[in-house]
Amino acid sequence: MREHLLSLTLFLPLAGLLVLLLMQGAQVRAIRVWALAVSLATFLVSLVVLSRFSSTATGFQLVERAPWIPTLGVQYAIGVDGISMLLVLLTTVICPIALLASWNVTTNVKAFHALFLLIETATLGVFLSLDGFLFYLFFDLVLIPMYFVIALWGGPRRLHAALKFFLYTLCGSVLMLLGLIGLYFAHIRQFGFPSFEITELMKLTLPLATQQWIFWALFAGFAIKIPMFPFHTWLPDAHVEAPTAGSVVLASLLLKLGTYGFLRFSLPLVPQASSDLTVVRILLTLSIIGILYGALVSLMQREWKRLIAYSSVSHMGFCTLGIFALNPIGLAGSVLQQVNHGISTGLLFLLAGMMYDRRGAREISAYGGLAASMPRFAFIFGVAVFSSAGLPLLNGFVGEFAVLQGAFEVSRTWAAFGVVGLVLAAAYLLWLYQRTMLGPITHEENRNLPDLTTRETFVLLPLVALAFGIGLYPKPLFDMVQKPVAELVERVHHK
Amino acid sequence: MSYGATDTFVLTPEILLVLFGCALLFTSRRWALPMLFTGLAFTAGALWRQHLWLESNHAAELAAFGGALTADRFGLFFDTLFLATTALVAGISKPAVERDFPEFASLLLFAQCGMFLLAGGLDLITLFLGLELMALSFYILTGFTREDRRSNEAALKFLILGAFSSGLVAYGFSLLYALSGSTRLSDIASALALRDPHDPLLLLALATAGAGVLFKVGAVPFHMWVPDAYEGAPTPVSAYLAVASTAASIALLVRLFAGPFAVNRPVWEPLLALVAVATLTLGNLAAIAQTNVKRLLAYSSISHAGYLLLGLVAGNNTAFQGISVYLLTYVFMTVGAFAVVIAAGDNICELNGLARRSPWIAFSMLLFLLSLAGLPPTAGFLGKYYVLQALMETGHYSLAAIGTLYVVVALYYYFRVVRSMYLSEAAQSQPVLAGIGMRVVLGLSSALTLTIGIFPEPFLRFAALSVAP
Repeated sequence: MREHLLSLTLFLPLAGLLVLLLMQGAQVRAIRVWALAVSLATFLVSLVVLSRFSSTATGFQLVERAPWIPTLGVQYAIGVDGISMLLVLLTTVICPIALLASWNVTTNVKAFHALFLLIETATLGVFLSLDGFLFYLFFDLVLIPMYFVIALWGGPRRLHAALKFFLYTLCGSVLMLLGLIGLYFAHIRQFGFPSFEITELMKLTLPLATQQWIFWALFAGFAIKIPMFPFHTWLPDAHVEAPTAGSVVLASLLLKLGTYGFLRFSLPLVPQASSDLTVVRILLTLSIIGILYGALVSLMQREWKRLIAYSSVSHMGFCTLGIFALNPIGLAGSVLQQVNHGISTGLLFLLAGMMYDRRGAREISAYGGLAASMPRFAFIFGVAVFSSAGLPLLNGFVGEFAVLQGAFEVSRTWAAFGVVGLVLAAAYLLWLYQRTMLGPITHEENRNLPDLTTRETFVLLPLVALAFGIGLYPKPLFDMVQKPVAELVERVHHK
Repeated sequence: MSYGATDTFVLTPEILLVLFGCALLFTSRRWALPMLFTGLAFTAGALWRQHLWLESNHAAELAAFGGALTADRFGLFFDTLFLATTALVAGISKPAVERDFPEFASLLLFAQCGMFLLAGGLDLITLFLGLELMALSFYILTGFTREDRRSNEAALKFLILGAFSSGLVAYGFSLLYALSGSTRLSDIASALALRDPHDPLLLLALATAGAGVLFKVGAVPFHMWVPDAYEGAPTPVSAYLAVASTAASIALLVRLFAGPFAVNRPVWEPLLALVAVATLTLGNLAAIAQTNVKRLLAYSSISHAGYLLLGLVAGNNTAFQGISVYLLTYVFMTVGAFAVVIAAGDNICELNGLARRSPWIAFSMLLFLLSLAGLPPTAGFLGKYYVLQALMETGHYSLAAIGTLYVVVALYYYFRVVRSMYLSEAAQSQPVLAGIGMRVVLGLSSALTLTIGIFPEPFLRFAALSVAP
């Protein structure tokens, strides 16, 4: 069993999906319970993976290999290192939560849960793949179920949003494929046999010009996925129109596919291009613009979910800022920021979704003084806001602080811009909190809104606990990413 | 040169097809389908024996009639594709042409015989005979529903333009004969290699023969007949045209351009690249505006021809494997998509709410469309992947980028169909009628579309055989 532990994690949701297809569409409750059980089981298996995982070992662990398409040199190769371990755990935590949060989905319940389990397998596949071809396969596979989740259960402009999301991100990923094929041919030329495997591709020595075009091809895929400014325009539409669980998965998990791609492919495979001064400057500038632009646009938003969506652009800017600081602390901070963004933005979207369910109004101005009628909601929303704004003792602080420290080592100016971004983040988030939770009740409809139900509390509590846990004691996470980050820095600076 | 046992052995599949094609004319409606499948089974057996002969003798080919016709792996691979296509098309065509089914089946076999000659011919005469036998059968098949005016119009248009293109091919072939004094492709190749590659007569031969065959593929600017013929023809014939006719013409293109014209590659490569890009562009952009699914699939098949031509532009071993893989996957997804059109209706709004009316048919259509667009993990991805890989390998980076980005455009119009199936309200609620043949074809095509996508290895090996030296 041990040697197939990762495959089990990866395919458990898919197996659950196949069983789910055999169930009667009318047995709504059974379907919900089954999907939740499958995703919880996946979570448990991922905990077993964690227990087998060693933070001190270098390279990939629990690796599984099998020939898949020998003609093309494609292997079924999966494995974890510290970075992917954290993101796998994030995925297996977020998925059951998102499923429990969608208890109120009443149309096409079977299809909804089936698509969700497919998303889980595809996302895990991206994080676990050690083969470029396999990675691409999962990277694209995520799009299809996500399209349907947005298009079938989304808001009023769902068709437009779903198609835009699909086409935009597909455009990037096909260009990324060209980059991967470029690496593949370079490998054939240098070693005489075809391979897509990352550890094989890492042995390549490529001229800078080749590295650069491959970098930009990969960049197209990852930058659109993250999304980096100016490729972010699909994000607000998709996040706002998606159903709650869809927004959560999009923000918490799918955006990480891009940053993860940079860490797993761009940096180690084309290290010279990734540390090229011009490239780094462009990437850092785009990150800073993303941080500031996302924050400023968030300040101007009138809709709750749209504000959170733009805040993602800003927060993901921190992730890329940390990556392209190209030093240990910046990279570690970036990985932590990815996990933290998953937790805090997940919380924010869940809370916004619960509010929409109650009131059906998207505008911030429709709320106000909710703390009086919904104290529990207001408390958790406070935690989410502070965690997202990066208040010390909560998770957001740790990652952003480390990123800024990394940026500071490179240049004080970049760090200064980052700090401005942090201040703006505090401004738009606290202002959102003030406008919705504090003050007198401005709308009569809000006076008697029911507070969080038990189910909703259970949805939120794990994330709140994680927010506090990581904020108070982030050391295990730093330990986990320390080795892979050190290897990355080693590769980039001593190519 | 006397007629011998080898000649019979190599010609057996064609003989069988003609015999069964004639026999079908005297078969009652009830027995026509079993008869057709018996014929296909016997033909498959003959092909299998040729394959075994090649295996046991470790031979690359078995030439007959002094080299006019050959049984090689390339030809056998294509013959298998034609056979599979005919079987699938026969499975879905009963409702559309109920009344004259025996004649219809007989024409299918005659068309297939033409394709066999095209795939196995190594002589201008054989190739031209094959081309014409196929084309003539298709003219009749297109106009097969006599009472339907659109069908008549389509057939007439197809006939006139088709005859013109056949004329071009014949003219080109005659020039090749004039240049080399032989009709054998191998002789022509060695004669052309001695000539100046910019010899105007040679260029004229290249241009006319090339244009004639490109017409059959539906490449821009010779594509005008495609949407009308596809729309007007009975839908099974549209499927047959889209798959078998395209595959046979591509086989002919490969035989010509990788054979005698190979020495002129520097001359025609940029031109063919231009045609391929134009074909991709027109096919993809024109498909966006279509409201008739058959027309949409017609334009999409033009764009697929563009990808196949890109494979020819790349022209290395990977590319020819890619063309084979592409066509192999193309058979199932295209016939499948046309089968859904037969079941549900031509117009895009007739597909509205199909997911609720017949979830499995809608799901198989989703698979076909994803595969046509070229998304993993469906079969269509592999064909496109090979072509892109070949383009990158041969240094055609910009062509690869263009080919890649058109995947996004293609997805846009394919998803208009998906949208109406899954996201629009149905005008009626009862499931669509699908006979047993239809269900078998849909099940088989969708299963293969997914299987080739997920476990491609055996299929890739099969396709790689077709170009193995």
